[in-house]
Amino acid sequence: MIIYEETHPLTWRLKKKKKPIFLKKYLKYNGYNGAKKAITKFSPNEIIEIIKKSGLRGRGGAGFPTGIKWSLIKKKKSYLICNADEMEPGTYKDRFLLENLPHQLIEGIIIASYALQSKCAYIFLRGEYIIAEKNINYAINELLDKKMLGKNIFNSNFSLNIYLHTGAGRYICGEETALINSLEGKRANPRFKPPFPSSSGLWGEPTCVNNVETLSNIPSIIKNGFHWYKNISLSIDSGTKMMGFSGKVNNPGVWELPLGITARELLEDYAHGICNGYSIKAWLPGGAGTNFLLDKHLDLPMDFNSIQKAGSRLGTGLAVIIDNKINMVNLLLNIENFFSRESCGWCTPCRDGLPWIVKILKCLKKKQGKINDINTLKNICNMLQPGKTFCAHAPGALAPLKSAIKYFKNEFEKGIIYK
Amino acid sequence: MNQIIFLNKKNLLSKLEIKKIEKIKFKYKDNHAISIESLKVVQRYRHWISDISLKAISKYLNIELNYLEEISTFYSQIFRKPVGRHVISYCDSFVCYVKNYKRIKNVLEKTLKIKTGQTTKNKRFTLLQTCCLGNCDKGPILMINRDTYTNVIPKYVNNILNRYR
Ligand code: SF4
Ligand code: FES
Repeated sequence: MIIYEETHPLTWRLKKKKKPIFLKKYLKYNGYNGAKKAITKFSPNEIIEIIKKSGLRGRGGAGFPTGIKWSLIKKKKSYLICNADEMEPGTYKDRFLLENLPHQLIEGIIIASYALQSKCAYIFLRGEYIIAEKNINYAINELLDKKMLGKNIFNSNFSLNIYLHTGAGRYICGEETALINSLEGKRANPRFKPPFPSSSGLWGEPTCVNNVETLSNIPSIIKNGFHWYKNISLSIDSGTKMMGFSGKVNNPGVWELPLGITARELLEDYAHGICNGYSIKAWLPGGAGTNFLLDKHLDLPMDFNSIQKAGSRLGTGLAVIIDNKINMVNLLLNIENFFSRESCGWCTPCRDGLPWIVKILKCLKKKQGKINDINTLKNICNMLQPGKTFCAHAPGALAPLKSAIKYFKNEFEKGIIYK
Repeated sequence: MNQIIFLNKKNLLSKLEIKKIEKIKFKYKDNHAISIESLKVVQRYRHWISDISLKAISKYLNIELNYLEEISTFYSQIFRKPVGRHVISYCDSFVCYVKNYKRIKNVLEKTLKIKTGQTTKNKRFTLLQTCCLGNCDKGPILMINRDTYTNVIPKYVNNILNRYR
């Protein structure tokens, strides 16, 4: 398959050989034209307008419109943070972009920083991404050598420093206020909102936190205009998305596809179907913190609204197949174990509630559950709804559990001893 | 009773460690912000963060000891207990669960004769579990120090380990 910029604004430069693209090659493929155009032709506000009109939504999971997020930042001395702390189980798209296309991300950061008029941008990378760390450092140094970063970029009066920070390993760092705390050298506990980071974030200054994929989309939007970008997609959400399938499929991986492609197309045409001898029991549309969907939902278009209507979230867009040989109780035990281990411990409902769930699931696994256990699980799910805990960690953790009870109650019942 | 700790040479950071910390200082606003990075730098040389290292960092950066204690126990990549020469971690998150990481785990535990979380007798290896490593399409995943191994099958585990023996 040949890929063009018109269909694959993020990955077209990779062509066939999937080798990282560094400066020489990046410039050959029209690299930094977007940044040049942004800084020399547009005012910061005009750029925010373009991004708003392009309909780009945050690709980190929540799907908040990027242009609106940017327009919330009013003051001049702001910080931009690129959230590259990808730790959601089932998510591997940012790693792909970070390792292979570091310059595209940096170009996005330059444009975003210009639009926000920030003097300093951080890339918060998780510590385990060794190759990404190496490639980004290399890319930044290449730019510094060519004087394309630092003082007066492209002979304008805009200056910018980009720093790479590596995390020390904690899932909650992905939450934007926890990430800011961690960058300040504190424990990564989420902060109380308001004040929102847009008015008081890193070191008390206005701060904007964007995901890797979101920022990587910016250069091509500026270069080709928002109309162009809107037309790429097959649904009302514009643009493309890094999507993938993992689990027991023949060709697991990640591909850049237009939003609105159906999950079945993704599964059959790209992931080459389910492995021999397995059939599909359920699937998760985007990472461990989303609700299970069933076979019949495979024909849904993969975009923010359609998936939401079916009762789940697009999340990070990387789907996982749960095959028929997997026991739901055991799987949920694994998932909830992870979430309870990664709870930051700041608020009681999450700190105590998640281990409680793990305990019940352990009993159900050993077939020693009590009659009330399923109701208890349901009650805890209701107690940890959004708004009842300090951050979205606990509600996210319970999304798979709630939907698993809804669809596979009989498997949970099997773990109960009736006397 | 409070333990009295006398100052000795080990209570200071080495020249190399200081050089490394000074090199990254420019990225951050204050000493608190570089504390996590400093812990990581020191850990790179000493393999783990002992109380003595903690004191040394606190003295060098001039920040409170309990502050360092708090963050050093919070982050999973900072080791507050001695670890072996090589740290092996396997991903136990849910896609690797679907891909049966347990087989890898069992082989590791059997060949090293330890359980997850322990260190071998000869202090060569420590086995830990880790969160998703962002390679779910290529699971099961193994990480040894800073090297990542993808699509691991039990048969190859011994070969991989041999590189570090
Ligand atoms: S919900 Fe969980 S992760 Fe979020 S603040 Fe509370 S304890 Fe921390
Ligand atoms: S779940 Fe193991 S690498 Fe993602």
